[in-house]
This record gives sequence, C-alpha cells and structure tokens, in this order.
Amino acid sequence: MLKISTAPHLNTPLSTRSIMLHVIIALLPALFVGLAVFGLNALLVVLTSVAACVGFEYLFCRYVIKQSPSTWDLSAIVTGLLLAYNLPSDIPLWMVLIGSFMAIIVTKMVFGGIGKNMFNPALVGRVFLFISFPVQMTTWPIPKPFEFMNLDAETSATTLGILKHSDIVDTSQLPDYWQMFVGNIGGCIGETSAAALLLGMFYLLYKRIINWYIPFYYIASFFMLISIHWLITGDIKYDPLTHLLSGGLILGAVFMATDYTTTPMSRSGKIAFAIGCGVLTYVIRVFSVYPEGVSFAILIMNAFVPLLDNIYIPRLFGRQRRA
Amino acid sequence: MRKKTFPLGGIHLDKHKLTSSYPIVDAGLPDMVYIPIKQHIGAPSKILVQKGDKVKVGTLLADADGVVSADIHSSVSGEVVKIDDIIDADAYPETMIVIKVEGDEFEPDIDLSPDIIRDIPYSPAEIVDKIRRAGIVGMGGAGYPTPIKTTIPEGKKVDTLIVNGIECEAYLTADDRLMVEKAEEIIIGAKIINKALGIQNAIIAIDENKPEAIRILSDLSKKYVGVNVEVCQSKYPQGAEKQLIAAITGREVSPAKLPVDVGCIVQNVGTVFAVYEAVQKNKPLYERIVTISGDDAAENLGNYRVRIGTPASFIIAKSTSHPKHIGKIIFGGGMMGVSAVNMDAPLTKLTSGILLLNDKDAVKPPETACIRCAQCVDACPMGLRPFAIASAIKNNDFAELKRLHTLTCIECGSCAFVCPARIPLLDYCKLGKLEVKKQS
Repeated sequence: MLKISTAPHLNTPLSTRSIMLHVIIALLPALFVGLAVFGLNALLVVLTSVAACVGFEYLFCRYVIKQSPSTWDLSAIVTGLLLAYNLPSDIPLWMVLIGSFMAIIVTKMVFGGIGKNMFNPALVGRVFLFISFPVQMTTWPIPKPFEFMNLDAETSATTLGILKHSDIVDTSQLPDYWQMFVGNIGGCIGETSAAALLLGMFYLLYKRIINWYIPFYYIASFFMLISIHWLITGDIKYDPLTHLLSGGLILGAVFMATDYTTTPMSRSGKIAFAIGCGVLTYVIRVFSVYPEGVSFAILIMNAFVPLLDNIYIPRLFGRQRRA
Repeated sequence: MRKKTFPLGGIHLDKHKLTSSYPIVDAGLPDMVYIPIKQHIGAPSKILVQKGDKVKVGTLLADADGVVSADIHSSVSGEVVKIDDIIDADAYPETMIVIKVEGDEFEPDIDLSPDIIRDIPYSPAEIVDKIRRAGIVGMGGAGYPTPIKTTIPEGKKVDTLIVNGIECEAYLTADDRLMVEKAEEIIIGAKIINKALGIQNAIIAIDENKPEAIRILSDLSKKYVGVNVEVCQSKYPQGAEKQLIAAITGREVSPAKLPVDVGCIVQNVGTVFAVYEAVQKNKPLYERIVTISGDDAAENLGNYRVRIGTPASFIIAKSTSHPKHIGKIIFGGGMMGVSAVNMDAPLTKLTSGILLLNDKDAVKPPETACIRCAQCVDACPMGLRPFAIASAIKNNDFAELKRLHTLTCIECGSCAFVCPARIPLLDYCKLGKLEVKKQS
C-alpha cells in the first residue's frame, strides 16, 4: 500500500522533545556545581522540583483537561530544573511544591500548556515564592564545596546582597572573581557558577537550540549600563564584573530569556527584548530595594512579547529594508 | 570570499545527495508509454493523432494551444493504442496518449551523432521557433513554456541570463550529472539563448556541493566569452528563481513581479541542454534525466535517461527487487515532490526524480503544539511568518492572511521541514493562499 502525503516529505531530526533534551543536557554542568557547592540539600530541592513539575503536569492533563499527558515532551523537567536552580538550597521542600504548582499549573497549563504561556513558568514560581516567603528566599547557605552531607548550613547574604545593603562595603567580605566564576559563592542552586552556565550556553549554541542574540544583547546592554554607572559614581557597589559573575544574570540570559514561548519570534524582536531585559535588570539592581533584578526584568519583558511580535516583523523579500 | 547566497532564511539539506557520482545510464524502453497532453503551465495541447496511428520518436503528437502551451512529441516508435483520461501521479485524471512500443525508429531530421556543434548560424527568431517546435518547457519543475522566456517582453530590459545549476532539492542529482557529462552543450545552449535574447552575459550558477560540475564548467567557460560560473552556498531553496537572482545579482524581485522586471532570465540547466539539442540537433524534448534515489527502500540508485511517458513502475522495477518495502513514491525531490498514488503514473518533462521512501519514513509524525521556537520564521526565504499564517487559518481569520502577505509564499516547504512540533506549515500556507485568492 502506498502512503501519500503533502510535501515536504522530510523533517529535521530536531523535535520538541529533543530540543528539551538538549536544554536538560546544557543545564547539567550547573547542576553538578550546585550539588558540589551546596550538597545534599540542593539535590533534594532539585528532585522535589522536577518531580513536582512533572507530576503536576501529568495530573492536570489526566484529570482536569482529560487529555493524554504531554509530559513526555520533557518540558516539565526543564521547568523543574530551572525553578530549582532559582532557589536557595535550604528552602523548605513544601515551598518548592508551591513554586512548582505556580509554575506548571497556574503559569503554563491553565494558559493552554506548552507554547501557550505568556510568562516563563519557572520565573513565576520563583517570584511567587520570593514575594511570599522573603526570608527563606533571601538567606543563602554558605558554600561548602564537596561536603556533601553537610546539612546544618550556616547562612549569609549573597554577594549582590552584601553590596546592596551595606553602606560601606567591606571588600574583604567579597569573594574574588575566580571564586565567582567557578561558582564557589552563595546564591541559588544553579546560578553561582558562570563557568558551568557558559559551558551550557556553548552547547546550546553549538546545537543551534538558541541564537546568540538574546544572551549577548542582554548581558552586553546590562554590562554597558552598570559600567557607566560605576565609572561615574566610582562606587565598588557597582563593580561591573561582580554584577556580571554573581547573581542570576548569566542563568537568566542563557536559559530563561531564551525560552522560546515567552520571547519574540523575529530576530529584531529578540534583540529588543534582550536589551529591554538588560535595561530593566540594571534599573532594578541599582535603584530598587532588591539586590537582584533578573527575574523581574525577564517577566516584565515577557509581558511585552505580543507587542514586540507586532512591531518587529521580519523584512519581506523584495521589499525595502525597514528604515 | 564568502560564497553567494540569498538574503533571508534557508535551510541545509546536504546529506541527501546519494547519487552524485552515478553516471547517467539509459533506462531502456518500456512496453508502453503514457504521454500526457499537459506537461506544462497553461492550456493542454491539441491532439493531432488518432488511435491506430504509427509514430516515430520525435513525431508531433499534440500541438501547442496558444502561447502559454507546448508541443508534445512521441518519445518512442510504435502505435497509438489509446487516448484516454488516466489517473496521474497526483490522483487527477489527465488525458494521455498511450503508445505501444515497437522498435526504436527516429524521425529522420533528428541528429543523433555525438558531435558537439558549436556554431550558431540561426537568427533569434529562428532559435525561438526551434525551441517552440521542440516543445521545451522549464524543466526545473515549473513547466513554464521556454519560448516565452527566450523572448524579452516589450518595454523590458534584460542584461543577464542565469543558468540554474543549483539543484538544491533533497536527493536529486540529475542536473549535477548533466553538468558533469554535458558541460559544453550547456554552455553552447546558454550562448544560443543569449543570442535569442540579444544579450551578452550568461552566468552559470552552481552550488558548492557539486565540485566536479564546478571544475568542469569553470574550465570550459574560459573558452567562451560572456559565459561565467558563479559558485553559491549549498542552501535550500537556493535554486528558487527569486532567491537565485538575489544571490547572483543582489536584486530582489518584488512580490507580484517577474525576473524580467529586474533584468534577469533564469533557465534550468536541463532546459538549457534541451535548447542546445533542439537548436543544434533538431531534437524535440522526448527524454530527460531522472534521479532514482531513497535512503534504503531501493538498492539500485542512479541517474537515468528516461523517455517521457515511461511509467514510474518500469524505473522502480530497475532499482529495487522488493517493491513491497516502498512506503511512498515521490515524483520530484523530498522537499517539493508530489507523493504518487499510482505507481504506473508516467514520468513527464518535469519529473526530475523518483524518490522511494521506506515504510517508516513514509509516515509523517503527528502535529503537536507550536512552541514558538521561531525556526519557521528564521527558515522562510521570503520573510514570512508561517506560524502566524497557520494560526490565522486555525482561527478562521482570513483578513489576517492578507496582512501576513501569504500570497508571496513560494511553497518551498522550509518552514515545515524545520518545525520541531511537526506542524504541516506548508499545508497551512497553501490553504492560506487559496483563501486569499478566493477573497479577491
């Protein structure tokens, strides 16, 4: 029996599922650093978050919309990992469950599931927890590399927290750039190691899962603004390299601001989105009460995506370039 | 220097060229040929023969009906046994002239010698007339009658002939082999068309995955003034007319405009070779080169010289002893080819390949939700937003289709190829074009 179909008769090997798999692979280096630095607690948070995200999506598909579960596209695992990466390792696990619920059910599934959500699910989960439980979300275990079973974590502020809330900064309290680069600093599970995150970024770029524009324009625009601010004020609080290497900038720029569903479709739209993220991150980090602005910046820009999609449309072949 | 290419979109299909090193071999004669009287864009030709008539190779079977139409010739010698509507590859009934093959006798004025004739003694009008009488149409797949494209319309200025040796379609190597084996004939064919057009400049465009053709044609073209080879990147759809013009000249043909509006004429290498044979050898278009390919459904792949009207099953029997494993037969390439309902459907002037897919590859994966990855936007060579066209159709928002410039879609299928959610975006675009046309 001959089968018939319309053209084209070929497909790229890349599918939704394999894209998600590549993202999971790209997230692994940061996971290893997170586990090495924060130990068993971090592992529990990651496992809880992933299991909860997958479970919530499965249950929602099965019992609420009564469709065959869409969890096999692996996107819930990506959300679970990203949520965990944005949490401190000593957060109570029931809070992780609440975050997962906000991410998967409230942000993703009720909007129609994969591809339909307006906001980045993991970031909504994180920000919800951040606003609801500010104390737990802003105390950070002191990194203890390779002491896996160490559960009685002492806590301290993050580097950005120290910079934000001290009138006179004691520079001896600050980790050096190398420690920040490899990830031996306080912070969320997945955000501390710039090296591991960049490794993941290069993997995604090599596999052509993401374009370079969003990470580049996001980081570059933020770096430029904070550098100018630093040069004008001369204040160590605004040291550009510290702002680049600590906190969630690289995690956000590489893995959250590149989320397909919640970013614009065209190249120019993506660039506008990324610059918007950079500017907002700068504004929040420098002028607001929060030491960290990446989550809010990306979520605010998520809301502009439909607008950007309408403004920045690709150039039509045979028409003049946009002036 | 970076090799030339078109400005927007495009995809990479490199790994599917399995038969580029297979020399062209003669497919031989089937028992019966089925010659459709419409193998071109425009009006079906007027039938000149009746049941019982004896014909030779090259005998005129049907006459062009008007300017946008083409002559049809017999590809075999024998007897006309039937003239009837027969189901074609794409499931539509087409009027076909069925000829029972007897011997292999040619019309006497066809020059079958292998000599290359370099001298072009004919006037432009004579050249166009010879092309018309040979029934030549655009063999890249469009099937636009070539006489129209060898005459410059009143008020237009043309400065460049682009000979399209790109063949960016998946699996096809017929043009590649033709360029390797008939290089000089193609160059002379280009000179002939240039003489008809009254212009001096011909560019043979070849993509970089055909090193042998590039080498041979570059060397030979040095002997001919006004014929040059230009190497383009291997990217699909580099061979699409507007994309090729943009790559070679930097000029973009606006929507609803034609290549002549930017001073270019594009002819496929197969067409140019047919022009050479028609003008220098008095040979009508009764055979063409066809690639038989597929990853594992067939064991004997290759490039065949096939008489027009040969049933696909005749060629398929040559290439595989297990026709059972064939899940899908495609007339043309993997990206734009038509999947055949009828294994006995005949090959026409426009059939550049027969592609055999196994049972597994024949099944299209199910459509899943759009994840807004923007791959279709990045792939579209026309700067369209296929995802938006698809959702406009799903929402019955037909006014939106016009705003999205749906009509400019060239139906290359790049969007559907790259879609990780396996959304049949090309189907939505084609549907969108129909809806827009219906409104206006």
